[in-house]
Amino acid sequence: MSRTSFRLALTGLAAGLSLALFQPAAQAAEGAPKPPALSWSFAGPFGTFDRAQLQRGFKVYKEVCAACHGASLVRFRNLSQPGGPEFSAGQVAALAATYQIKDGPNDQGEMFERPGRPADAFPSPFPNEQAARAAQGGAYPPDFSVLAKARTYTRGFPTFIFDIFTQYQEQGPDYIHALLTGYKEPPAGVTLLPGQNYNEFMPGHLIAMPNPLSDGQVEYPKGADGKSPVPETADQYARDVAAFMVWMAEPHLEARKRLGMQVMLFLVIFAGLLYYTKKKVWSRMPDGSPAH
Amino acid sequence: MAHATDTSTGTTRRDFLMLATGAAGAVGIGAVVVPLISQLAPDAQTVAAGAPIDLDLSPVAEGQAIKLFWRGKLIFVRHRTKKEVDEALAVDIATLRDPQTDQQRTKAGHERFLIVYGNCTHLGCVPLGNAPGEPKGDYDGWFCPCHGSHYDSSGRIRKGPAPLNLPVPPYAFTADTKIKIG
Amino acid sequence: MSGHSSYVPKTGIERWLDARLPIVRLAHDSAVSYPVPRNLNYLWTFGGILVFMLVAQIVTGIILVMHYTPHATMAFNSVEHIMRDVNYGWLLRYLHSNGASMFFVAVYVHIFRGLYYGSYKAPREVLWILGVVIFLLMMATAFMGYVLPWGQMSFWGATVITNLFSALPVIGETIVTFLWGGYSVDNPTLNRFFSLHYLLPFMIFGVVVLHVWALHHVGQNNPTGVEVKNVEKDTVPFTPYATVKDIFGMVVFMIVFAWFVFYQPNYMGHADNYIVANPAATPAHIVPEWYFLPFYAILRAIPDKLGGVLAMGSAIVVLAFLPWIDTSKVKSMSYRPIARQLFWAFLAVCIGLGYLGAMPAEGGYVIASQIFTVLYFGFFVALFVVGLFERPKALPTSIADAVLAASAKNGSAARMAAATAAEPNVKG
Repeated sequence: MSRTSFRLALTGLAAGLSLALFQPAAQAAEGAPKPPALSWSFAGPFGTFDRAQLQRGFKVYKEVCAACHGASLVRFRNLSQPGGPEFSAGQVAALAATYQIKDGPNDQGEMFERPGRPADAFPSPFPNEQAARAAQGGAYPPDFSVLAKARTYTRGFPTFIFDIFTQYQEQGPDYIHALLTGYKEPPAGVTLLPGQNYNEFMPGHLIAMPNPLSDGQVEYPKGADGKSPVPETADQYARDVAAFMVWMAEPHLEARKRLGMQVMLFLVIFAGLLYYTKKKVWSRMPDGSPAH
Repeated sequence: MAHATDTSTGTTRRDFLMLATGAAGAVGIGAVVVPLISQLAPDAQTVAAGAPIDLDLSPVAEGQAIKLFWRGKLIFVRHRTKKEVDEALAVDIATLRDPQTDQQRTKAGHERFLIVYGNCTHLGCVPLGNAPGEPKGDYDGWFCPCHGSHYDSSGRIRKGPAPLNLPVPPYAFTADTKIKIG
Repeated sequence: MSGHSSYVPKTGIERWLDARLPIVRLAHDSAVSYPVPRNLNYLWTFGGILVFMLVAQIVTGIILVMHYTPHATMAFNSVEHIMRDVNYGWLLRYLHSNGASMFFVAVYVHIFRGLYYGSYKAPREVLWILGVVIFLLMMATAFMGYVLPWGQMSFWGATVITNLFSALPVIGETIVTFLWGGYSVDNPTLNRFFSLHYLLPFMIFGVVVLHVWALHHVGQNNPTGVEVKNVEKDTVPFTPYATVKDIFGMVVFMIVFAWFVFYQPNYMGHADNYIVANPAATPAHIVPEWYFLPFYAILRAIPDKLGGVLAMGSAIVVLAFLPWIDTSKVKSMSYRPIARQLFWAFLAVCIGLGYLGAMPAEGGYVIASQIFTVLYFGFFVALFVVGLFERPKALPTSIADAVLAASAKNGSAARMAAATAAEPNVKG
């Protein structure tokens, strides 16, 4: 065996690898298109939520999505905690009180309803999954609590490596926004059954949820000029509710990134100090002679 | 580090470097301890669940007592008889271990209701005396079976090892027979 | 290296304790005066990094248990409770989940370092085998830990991996039922995995103690693979030399760790695990955590159930036999021109297998996995054969000579070694 044969083996290896690596490109073409990457205020190492956007997103969720989708892990009190939509505690208490929450059993052994309190979770629209499916023709509207982290799409090679350095991790909201604005007429040859809709970004393209958003559907708070500062369009609703869903899924995102910057700064400085300490220690051998 | 450095400037620089590195390390370790300790504190849901609760006292008949929980703590609500109220008022507070008048422990106009935390101030057992037939101790109040503390009909410690009266939780009457605890 | 002890108790209390329990002497001999080859490079800091990671995982794990509920109906929500309500719960949970990944990053560097520099060869065979045992225990621990959040990947990962045992003839099905504690992965499975996930790290800790004991008995290998001949000239005391270097390596490693924890906490996880376990629907793409991918690819490469399981098992077990598979007398591959190329090819094969393990098991991927599986095992065969005829480069006569030779070349491209130790006149 000579050196050349090893070179040959290495070349073969490289060829095999590249064969495997370039296959996904062909595969992605037949699936759904990649959702467009939007610019989110919470992206990157300094990202923070846009309070107004979260408040609008909550309004969209409450008036549109909440009819079918629960958010059972989110509590009313979360709406006023730092790093979220930051409604006032009074607003949250008033909001919670507009909901009837099932509680009990009382001393008579009966369940009863009472006005909601900030500590209560968002009430789910259906008592259980079976009830939801029965009401929705067999489809189950997923809970929103962590959905923004549960949805993604394939990044592929080599993008997934670059993502480490760009800190791109907004697949969830990008996908949600794309899905909400991705309803289309089915192309020729695709026939929809009752209860099916065509969506460009849904894996397999068939989705039970009908197009939920339309322009002007949700009224946004007006600015000083009597107009909403952002357009009241389906696209904007989708952005806002996707941002709101990211906050629901990751309510401590701001605290995490803020602490992260402090930790990073500390570690870099500490590593620098250690580097010079190490250099100093290693400049002499134990007997006092120079290291080299 | 067993050898000396050649010049005095070298020593200073090295000492400063060592000191700065050591200090940074100490700061780092200190910072790590913060989350490890603060996670022991009550979490956000436990804190939020401690919101005030409403209670209707009308079902509690005279001579009866009920138990309920607020913030996970046991609370006794006792509808005292005339005799029990009179006994509580007649005590000379100078003789008490933890001197408190009955008026200080009830709300004016609602003296028949005594509302106290239900854990013995000795080591936290639940005193007997709420249900009919249970021993009420020597002073028509409560008797703690663990270590023999006797509380009177105002929940004050009268005999036994407990140091303090049963504490009164924060509450207020919102109507004649309705209270808000917390 | 376990020569005479250089510990001298100074105070009366120290002398009193030393006569009764020489624990300070033990610490002094193994962490202060212990002689370390002076030519170790930064790859040798990964041992310390791994100890740090093990302790970090145990500490964060014990804390998470204070808030976690091991029950099929509550586990998912209790993890979210930690993420949302517990003070710094999000930090502790992300430290633990990313810590598992970083632990494997470090262990893979550590393993490949040992492979390259021949650290498995005599007299370090037992040290190496203990390492393989630790690796196996780590895999079991990580797998069971991944089940605990009870998401879709947890559930289906548990189902697939436990079903591996059903490939065993005759007793397979019974073993699987006993692993599950039922007729499918369910609450009893979750409970026993939780129990074992808590137990195994302490077993790892125990084997690590043996691993370090063995290391300190035979002494560390070094980049030349030449054993220490003169302790005075070839080694430096562990403290401060290795201590400060290890801590520096650790802190640099922590920067990478922190990058993921604070900025990309879900990068190494799977989105599907944020969906609660559903026994009625398998995710379209089920893949294990990245550190299992090469072995998963080998499993899938074999079109036979039992064959796949055996191939995957052998891929790990074969490592334990490396001291006897490698026939070369020379330890360090720096002096083995052919073995060195084999090593890099093997690394490429492992990365390739990792990639293939993440791809769907269809078409070209299966064929590629099969080729790479053959190459994986081929490495060990080649290592055996090459050692018989390979002509190694001249070895330095001692570690001290190697250091002197490296510093003589200083100023050229080989600044690597020099950068770790500055010349005394550098401040000018």
